[in-house]
Amino acid sequence: MRRLALIALPYIWLLALFLVPFLIVLKISLSDLALARPPYVPQWNFGDGWDALKAFFGSLDLENFVFLSEDDLYWRAYISSLKIALISTLITLLVGFPMAYGIARSPEEWRPTLLMLIILPFWTSFLIRVYAWMGILSKEGLLNQFLLWLGLIGEPLTILNTNTAVYIAIVYTYLPFMILPIYAALDRLDDSLLEAAEDLGCSRIQAFWLITVPLARNGVIAGCFLVFIPAIGEVIIPSLMGGSGTLMIGKVLWEEFFSNRDWPVASAVAIILLLILIIPIILFQRNEQNQREAER
Amino acid sequence: MTQPAFSPWDDPAATPLIQFRNVTKRFGTFTAIEGLSLDIFEREFFALLGPSGCGKTTMMRMLAGFEDVTEGQILLNGQDIAPVPPNKRAVNMMFQSYALFPHLSVWDNIAFGLRRDRMRKDAVASRVDEMLRLTRLEKFANRKPHQISGGQRQRVALARSLAKAPKLLLLDEPLGALDKKLRQDTQFELMDIQETTGTTFVIVTHDQEEAMTVASRVAVMDEGKLMQVATPDQIYEAPNSVYVADFIGDVNIISGRASQSGDKVAIAWAEGEPQIQGTTSRQFAPGQTCHFAIRPEKVAISAQKPDAPNVLRGKVLDIAYLGNISTYHVELPTGTIIKAQTANTRRIARRSFTWEDPVWISFSDTAGVLLEH
Ligand SMILES: Nc1ncnc2c1ncn2[C@@H]1O[C@H](COP(=O)(O)OP(=O)(O)OP(=O)(O)O)[C@@H](O)[C@H]1O
Ligand SMILES: [Mg+2]
Repeated sequence: MRRLALIALPYIWLLALFLVPFLIVLKISLSDLALARPPYVPQWNFGDGWDALKAFFGSLDLENFVFLSEDDLYWRAYISSLKIALISTLITLLVGFPMAYGIARSPEEWRPTLLMLIILPFWTSFLIRVYAWMGILSKEGLLNQFLLWLGLIGEPLTILNTNTAVYIAIVYTYLPFMILPIYAALDRLDDSLLEAAEDLGCSRIQAFWLITVPLARNGVIAGCFLVFIPAIGEVIIPSLMGGSGTLMIGKVLWEEFFSNRDWPVASAVAIILLLILIIPIILFQRNEQNQREAER
Repeated sequence: MTQPAFSPWDDPAATPLIQFRNVTKRFGTFTAIEGLSLDIFEREFFALLGPSGCGKTTMMRMLAGFEDVTEGQILLNGQDIAPVPPNKRAVNMMFQSYALFPHLSVWDNIAFGLRRDRMRKDAVASRVDEMLRLTRLEKFANRKPHQISGGQRQRVALARSLAKAPKLLLLDEPLGALDKKLRQDTQFELMDIQETTGTTFVIVTHDQEEAMTVASRVAVMDEGKLMQVATPDQIYEAPNSVYVADFIGDVNIISGRASQSGDKVAIAWAEGEPQIQGTTSRQFAPGQTCHFAIRPEKVAISAQKPDAPNVLRGKVLDIAYLGNISTYHVELPTGTIIKAQTANTRRIARRSFTWEDPVWISFSDTAGVLLEH
């Protein structure tokens, strides 16, 4: 009995926090827009009886999905989101790996402090940090003033409200998610492996590529997924820092929900986003599992 | 044996392969190796023996190039090796922790060093297969290090360091995790490899029997210093200090005051007990403290008083039966315990002595060594 309860607990958790909301959203995505509260039909109440339930299911349709596939705004938004997420993941990796490597190679007594510095920004509100970046990147912002003062540029650069600003903010925001798993992988790496590689004729650089990188692989993969998955659906960053040309599905979703109040279409957008994300999530899970098996 | 005895260390004209010249190694304020000088010759099988933490691994790491020398020099073929990075040294090391690459299969681990030499593919393959055969790992070639047992891992590490057939091979406790049978086989395998390839081996071991079996010379270390460097039989038969005598094998030590005439020394070691008669080539001042060290197998035990230069009486306190031999712990009237060993040529049921039996122990005056410290 207790075992059953133990097994059931995570499932109940999943059911309550994932499956039920998912089904609700799925149902809304199959509904029609209506001037009502909530703004969609059909609705169904427990007291309505059997016939009402049949009518309820009968009026659900895939109209919204058809609409999504016809309007190329949505396609472009999905593709553009994928592109932005992919590029920012790559940049995050390029910035994050050397940082993780540096921390892992630093003297032991320094490491907790350095890790702390990586995590520290999380202690302030995300919105405040985004506003800070807006202050840095705007026309009259710190960055432009600094570059002007150095004499590197003649007139201020337009960074804020472009895709560049979105990349900067995504990389900044998700960097810790990249650094921490890579650091964990590098930290486990035994120095004597590098010595053995050198002993067998590798130069330092060869040893890095042949030993360090392959052994950090799982950390790199985990980090990439942890950045890529949330970056695709990012809402706040493209809304606040992107320009009119920045097309991201999260922003579209937001606008459908709150500006157009078209809940059914917004739900359909969310369902498709979820389907797109399921693939990387499954891959991520598999990576984690492989890693656990390799460690046993 | 038809070939002339191999002993370049006795030949003043021979040039050593490795020379430690007054080498000191410090970690911060801690001195791991202190003013150590040592010559190791080509084709030697050199064993380092010593208690844990005495600096054996540190010496290996300095030879391999992972630790720099604080003071002094290490010469390889007459060249100071300090400026040579580890990957350019004709030295391979088998790590005490094995340091196998976890992401590579057993096969690829062994091939790793060969590939760095830009060897041809089929040459790599045949060399790796040879190593696998040698270490009896053929069946595990495709497994990853975490999928094999501790002893198998040790063999992979050994195979990997052997594969490149280096000029100097450093083995840090290469056989510790193997069972006795496999260990003995591998020891002979190592000696074979050494003979056919002419590689110089430096081996660290905790197992003195192993050192005795494989080594041309043995160095006994303590706290970063060499206590004695000699052939196995010299170390065993003629240790230069109580420390070495005690470290290698079992020994009885009796300490007393010496009185010498010629090469004969009489040691007064206890009130009311006969003095111990010994022979030495050293000089002891009258009354100088002197330690008489004698191996248990050189002490005879008998029920009747025998006729020998040294005869002491006591009673059997304990018997350790080891199959082929038995060790008797005999308590003398002074409370001193002397170990005597006899070969068990008879069945155990017909053993002549048992607990509490009064017995005589005896030994000749040349059976033990006299040591100053
Ligand atoms: N990197 C280091 N920093 C500080 N001290 C060290 C370092 N490496 C070794 N030591 C110290 O140097 C001494 C010798 O170490 P070493 O590893 O050579 O011992 P060992 O003889 O190989 O011992 P064991 O038989 O246990 O392997 C030890 O006291 C050890 O604590
Ligand atoms: Mg050691």
